[in-house]
Amino acid sequence: MSSTSVLGGVVRRREDPALIQGRGRYTDDVKLARTAHVAFVRSPYAHATVGAIDTSAATAMEGVVAVYTAADTDHLGPLIAQVPVGALRPLLNNGTVKHVGEAVAMVVAEDPYVAKDAADSVEVDYEPMPAVVDLKQSLSDEVPVHEGASNTLISWVGPFGADEAALAELQAGIEAAKQRDDAVVVSQEMTNQRLIPVPIEPRSVLADYQAGYDRFDIYSSTQIPSALAGAIGKYFGMSMNQVTVKAMEVGGGFGCKLNVYNDEVLVAFASKQLDRPVKWTETRREAANSTIQGRGWVATATVTGTTSGEVLGFELEGIADMGAYSQNFTVAIPFLGLFVGSGQYGFPTYWKMDCVTTHTMTTDAYRGAGRPEAAYYLERIMDMYARRIGMDPAEVRRKNYISSSDFPGAVSPMGFPMDTGDYTTNLDAALEAAGWSDLLAERDAARAEGRHVGVGLATYVEVCGFGPSGLVDLGFSWAEYQMPSAFNGSSLVRVHPDGSATVSIGTGPSGQGHQTTWAQIVGDGLGLEVDRIRVIHGDTEEAPPSIGSFGSRSAAVDGAACYEATGKVRAKAARIAAHMLEASEADIEFADGGAHVAGAPDSSVSWGDIAACAYQPHRLPEGMEGGLEAHAIFSPGNATWPFGTHIAVVEVDPDTGDVDLLRYIGMDDCGNVISPMIVDGQVHGGIAQGIGQAMFEDAVYDADGNLLSGSLVDYILPTAADLPSFELDRTVTPTDVNPLGVKGIGEAGTIGSAQTVVNAVVDALEPLGVTHIDMPLRPRRVWQAIQDARA
Amino acid sequence: MYPRPFEYVLPSGLDDALDALDANPGAKVLAGGMSLLPMMKMRLLSPEMVVDIGRIAGLDQITDNGDSISIGALVTHSEVAASGLVGEHGAALATAASWTGDRQVRNRGTCCGSMVHADVAADQPAAALALGATMVAASSSGTREIAAADFFVDTLMSALEPNEILTEIRIPKVGAGTGSAYDKLGRRGGHTDYAVAGVAVSVTRSNGSVSAATVAVTGVGNRPVLVGEVADALVGSDGSDAAVEAAAAQATCGIEVLEDLYGSVDYKTHLAQVFAARAVKAALASAA
Ligand SMILES: Cc1cc2nc3c(=O)[nH]c(=O)nc-3n(C[C@H](O)[C@H](O)[C@H](O)COP(=O)(O)OP(=O)(O)OC[C@H]3O[C@@H](n4cnc5c(N)ncnc54)[C@H](O)[C@@H]3O)c2cc1C
Repeated sequence: MSSTSVLGGVVRRREDPALIQGRGRYTDDVKLARTAHVAFVRSPYAHATVGAIDTSAATAMEGVVAVYTAADTDHLGPLIAQVPVGALRPLLNNGTVKHVGEAVAMVVAEDPYVAKDAADSVEVDYEPMPAVVDLKQSLSDEVPVHEGASNTLISWVGPFGADEAALAELQAGIEAAKQRDDAVVVSQEMTNQRLIPVPIEPRSVLADYQAGYDRFDIYSSTQIPSALAGAIGKYFGMSMNQVTVKAMEVGGGFGCKLNVYNDEVLVAFASKQLDRPVKWTETRREAANSTIQGRGWVATATVTGTTSGEVLGFELEGIADMGAYSQNFTVAIPFLGLFVGSGQYGFPTYWKMDCVTTHTMTTDAYRGAGRPEAAYYLERIMDMYARRIGMDPAEVRRKNYISSSDFPGAVSPMGFPMDTGDYTTNLDAALEAAGWSDLLAERDAARAEGRHVGVGLATYVEVCGFGPSGLVDLGFSWAEYQMPSAFNGSSLVRVHPDGSATVSIGTGPSGQGHQTTWAQIVGDGLGLEVDRIRVIHGDTEEAPPSIGSFGSRSAAVDGAACYEATGKVRAKAARIAAHMLEASEADIEFADGGAHVAGAPDSSVSWGDIAACAYQPHRLPEGMEGGLEAHAIFSPGNATWPFGTHIAVVEVDPDTGDVDLLRYIGMDDCGNVISPMIVDGQVHGGIAQGIGQAMFEDAVYDADGNLLSGSLVDYILPTAADLPSFELDRTVTPTDVNPLGVKGIGEAGTIGSAQTVVNAVVDALEPLGVTHIDMPLRPRRVWQAIQDARA
Repeated sequence: MYPRPFEYVLPSGLDDALDALDANPGAKVLAGGMSLLPMMKMRLLSPEMVVDIGRIAGLDQITDNGDSISIGALVTHSEVAASGLVGEHGAALATAASWTGDRQVRNRGTCCGSMVHADVAADQPAAALALGATMVAASSSGTREIAAADFFVDTLMSALEPNEILTEIRIPKVGAGTGSAYDKLGRRGGHTDYAVAGVAVSVTRSNGSVSAATVAVTGVGNRPVLVGEVADALVGSDGSDAAVEAAAAQATCGIEVLEDLYGSVDYKTHLAQVFAARAVKAALASAA
């Protein structure tokens, strides 16, 4: 970074004026002439055979253009998945439906109202069958989700790469530790409940097949435009360059738009069939039962340690809910948990997660994706252990951390090399920011008055910023979507003849502020005002091949590519400027919208001058090519491993079980920071979602597979009014796997927060004998836990 | 979220609105739309016609009638919460209105709409019951008055006929020695969102004892109801904490408590007792 760096300074998000004035353009805002609209007929049953489908009333309705069933679309094959373990979703189902909300027929009409009326008129003969929703019941294979197949799709066992002998030895070691005289064993079964992602903008797709050119324009609210382009190409036998995907503004994704969905393929199919644009925007009800969900684990965590706080082994064994079908990552999500199964600790860890199917909507990546679950179990049980041995929970963590002196070169007990880490410094900073000892004293004073105040702490390490292109060899290949190069970052920086610049990048942001961040990187590198830089993302026609935004990867991977492409442009511009100023290339500096000779600010040329020269090859130095642009592909040496410490203070009303969240302190470490305001924003939203899981949100299914909390009346989301003002700060431990030194921060807040809140509530209720409460900590559960502890 | 087709009318006078209702038995009145529109979008309700009363003059006032106050059909939750008159004579209603939904809902939704909608977990109906409110209903054949105690019939069902408009809620004024209060646990904790359980209370003190009391409970059964047993136990007592708690223990007498996502029968029964005690204590404090 240059000495006049704009990086790290507080910059306001340049995309916000349009967004907050309602002038942003989202997929549903795109209106093309002759657009037809889709409504789906969806199964009201979780498990049923589909008999006759009578579409005659719908077809006869005025304004209905077409009605399609599986008979029309089966030839396209099922929905493709990146990790195709388990049954794949049929695009439309006329056999046996496997969850409430599964699509059975598609109606296309002149407007969305008629489409819905017509969809309601389609009569389907269903023969309902028993459903399996409970994870333990699924594991028993009593009721198969898919006839003839086991419900267990895969079991992830860690450490990663350990063979059976190594695992047996590890387990024997932990068993032996349990026999020690000073051994303390703490074990707890806990549920990490299902969540519905709920971005503010629902999913939406508009397909425009242009028969005259045999090509598609697809507008979709997606995080992965390139994968969608690849998939559409594959379904319709076209090459990637016949399909353009544009993700306009995307109003939140959180992983639920990190899937290619059957509706996207079906809308494209209808557009091609009908030779007109076709659009579908999901309703909230559909968002709840036909867009992927997250979490859904039941597992038992066990810590074996000494009375003096040394942990000798951690075990996690459980079941993870995959839902009915495998989509993009589905079975890989618990594997992401395994990645961080031992957290920031150095103790031996045994980890086993059975991935089972149920008659519910598919689960897949939801903010954090496996890592919040893993961190939850680890940090809840560490807290219970600290309580059991009567030690300060911060001290127990400190005693068991991987030491900062083990970096570089640290390998986690789960078998993964980690980039950089300094956990003790971060913990101390958090304790200091919270005023830890005062907090504990205040809590004790409140307790003495009969109030139920609790203080909770949790620390985490995350793995993100995927990543090395070698991940492909671990099975994370996007080849199914014609995207073998997926995990690289990619960026193209072009200086136009007038000296303005455009950066095209393969990210697919959904609110993370990429318009600002990439402009900052380019502006800093070129000494060019941010206002002169245009950012294009989410557009497969403009952007070099890349895979989009998820797994907190954009800054660490595509951002690094953007940095490198900028460096290449600057190097060429320096040569041109030196030529123009008759100076030595080594003396050229960039600032204030141009280049000047070091120490001689008057000897300068503007970017406009440099660009004018670049586009007139005869004026260039001998042998130099014309033009002023550069492309860079970046593949980091490793993912990044951010970490942090969170602290919450709560007060519980024991008469009602109502929890009041009084303070929330976050001390995160994501390495270098490009834009502090954007990082804070990411942490804010992440914490809000973690608190949402801890206190409010719950995808509740009944035994028949009906989603009882499928509307926002009953699926309670946290709002700003429900949350305290967060107190955030950072420690800075740069990564060495990218030139910016940045780690991902998109999911950290979520990964660190749910267990922090639960730890605080359990702390508040410790005097009443409560040791654990399953999330969400709605008043009824908290009250019930108090009653159970008293009984 | 696409409703079925419906006709929309925007009458400028009450008579036109009532005529429209008479002529179209399948019509529904639209006030703030905070409940009607979501139900239509979810296709739980599909009226053939919507009669928007939003432009009818004179319905947007809180008026002082001398011995009572009237809240017109278009008065919003925010206006009820901020009204000095309501605060003085019906603090329970002002509090219930201030805890109804979020700011956007309070700025559009109407107090009268909340009554007619008759949600099992609505806040303001409990206050209307405790305050002894009278509902004034207009139809093309005239007006009639319905006591709040007779108004809430069942889940999402009030005593209003389909061709009637609730033009005002009338609340008797109170003198010194009378106070009212509302307390609840909301679905998202604290006082936010529909009531998991809520209790509204009005009490009068004279000569050191409780001379009159009404207690209404919402959220726990199929409708907001008066619970005479709590009131009876309070009247004649000294209003001490012990007396209040003994009375509050009867908070769900006569109510069939129903389980939902927010509470078991035991929990809701317990909450009704907790909030009965809290609301009675607050009302007594304000009546002092
Ligand atoms: C996000 C949200 C949160 C909410 N939270 C709460 C809460 O915490 N507590 C709570 O109690 N309520 C809550 N509500 C409900 C809200 O208070 C009601 O929607 C509102 O009070 C109804 O009033 P309205 O004017 O919007 O009625 P509308 O939606 O217009 O009508 C509702 C019903 O009443 C009828 N109606 C309305 N006015 C009249 C009239 N004058 N005469 C005859 N019929 C009439 C309509 O025909 C319809 O059947 C919430 C609603 C939302 C959307």
